[in-house]
Amino acid sequence: MPASTTAPPPALEAKALARSFGVVKALRGVDFALERGSALTVFGPNGAGKTTLLRILAGLLRADRGEVRMDGRPFRRDDAAQRRRIGLISHASLLYDGLTARENLEFYGRLYGLGDVRQAAGSALEAVGLAQRADSPAGTMSRGMVQRLAIARALLHDPVLVLLDEPFTGLDQAAAGALRAQLMRLRAEGRTVVLVTHNLDEGLELATHVAIQVAGRFVEYGARAGGVDGYRRRYAEATRDA
Amino acid sequence: MRELLAQAAAVAAKDLLLELRSRTAFLSMLAFTMLVLAIFNFARDPTAVSASDLAPSTLWITFSFAGLLGLNRGFALERENRAIDGLLLAPLSRSALYLGKVLANLAFVGAVEAIALPAFALFFNVPVLPVLGPLVLVIVLATVGFVAVGTLLSAMAVATRFAELMLAVLMLPFLMPPVSAAAQITARLFSGRPFAEQVGWLKILVGYDIVFVILCILVFDWTVEE
Repeated sequence: MPASTTAPPPALEAKALARSFGVVKALRGVDFALERGSALTVFGPNGAGKTTLLRILAGLLRADRGEVRMDGRPFRRDDAAQRRRIGLISHASLLYDGLTARENLEFYGRLYGLGDVRQAAGSALEAVGLAQRADSPAGTMSRGMVQRLAIARALLHDPVLVLLDEPFTGLDQAAAGALRAQLMRLRAEGRTVVLVTHNLDEGLELATHVAIQVAGRFVEYGARAGGVDGYRRRYAEATRDA
Repeated sequence: MRELLAQAAAVAAKDLLLELRSRTAFLSMLAFTMLVLAIFNFARDPTAVSASDLAPSTLWITFSFAGLLGLNRGFALERENRAIDGLLLAPLSRSALYLGKVLANLAFVGAVEAIALPAFALFFNVPVLPVLGPLVLVIVLATVGFVAVGTLLSAMAVATRFAELMLAVLMLPFLMPPVSAAAQITARLFSGRPFAEQVGWLKILVGYDIVFVILCILVFDWTVEE
């Protein structure tokens, strides 16, 4: 008798997510499912609800309707073990300007219960090219350096789900290239990535799946098919009336 | 429990380090304290109101309002760069976050009180040393109570437009029981009344601390939800 082969549940699944802010409907029913090692890039114009989607996936916002599942289990915002699996790079750096780069990372290292926080912070700073600025306060760094430090913070605890909100903002070409390489490596290691952006060129390179979000809905969603030009045309069509 | 305490200690240490670097809240609290003590002392007509009559209420007015200044900063610094998102995203229990904030606030308020008490004794010429032990006990009990409640309310107020005003308004009804009990005990201590007279007020302080520390830990989860 052949052994039964049950497909593993999706690493990340969103079912009919909806969220309103007063009369504004930011999300109107978003569905997707991603296997481990997949990377979903969500494109959309300003106000499409991309950040709302990401904040719900991170557990920072409650959905009015629908649910998020991680590895087949409902994602509960009060479940510390599930939150530990997430790394978020957001619009804001989530850093303390008055602390040095190293102190910021060591603080987060303690919250995540990392063993040797000094070693972990040092390695993370090395990975984003900030080892020389380890003792500079975050508040004295340039926008690009702060973004690199925010990336180090988000990846410090080795998350299996990485959520990124316009991560290339403020990065110079070299830093953007390094981030792209880092994200490709994460994907190759089997981590699941969700990236929201309005920049097609940056987002497509990493994507295994692509969604175009307009007015709180995915108007297109599926495995990546075709190149930038095709998506540029479809994006222009989808957002024409937005 | 060990993890909760370690996380609370990390949050408190971070807050203290940030305050040590900027000193903004501490210096504001200290300057306010000295101003209030000086004004109350020099604005008094010594032939009409004796220093010992005015001293207990002055002490507790000073501690309460200086405390409010310090409590405001606790969650205000988490708004910078949306650092609060980083805390909520981390596997940090909400109780550990609350406890860490309470510990840091107790350190700020306690440090200001430690400096203000000798200044108070100097300005008002009241016999602090003979009653120092019981007085410190009363200060600790009252401070724990209003810092516990103030930390919770500052987390609620920080999301509003007039955070500083809102905290003062929200705090007013909660400040009354510990401050009035502490002022009553302080007055009796300075006038050398027997300890038996103060037991009722002490029970109020202890009861307030127990009830509100537990209540605040339970309620805090909902305060920082979104």
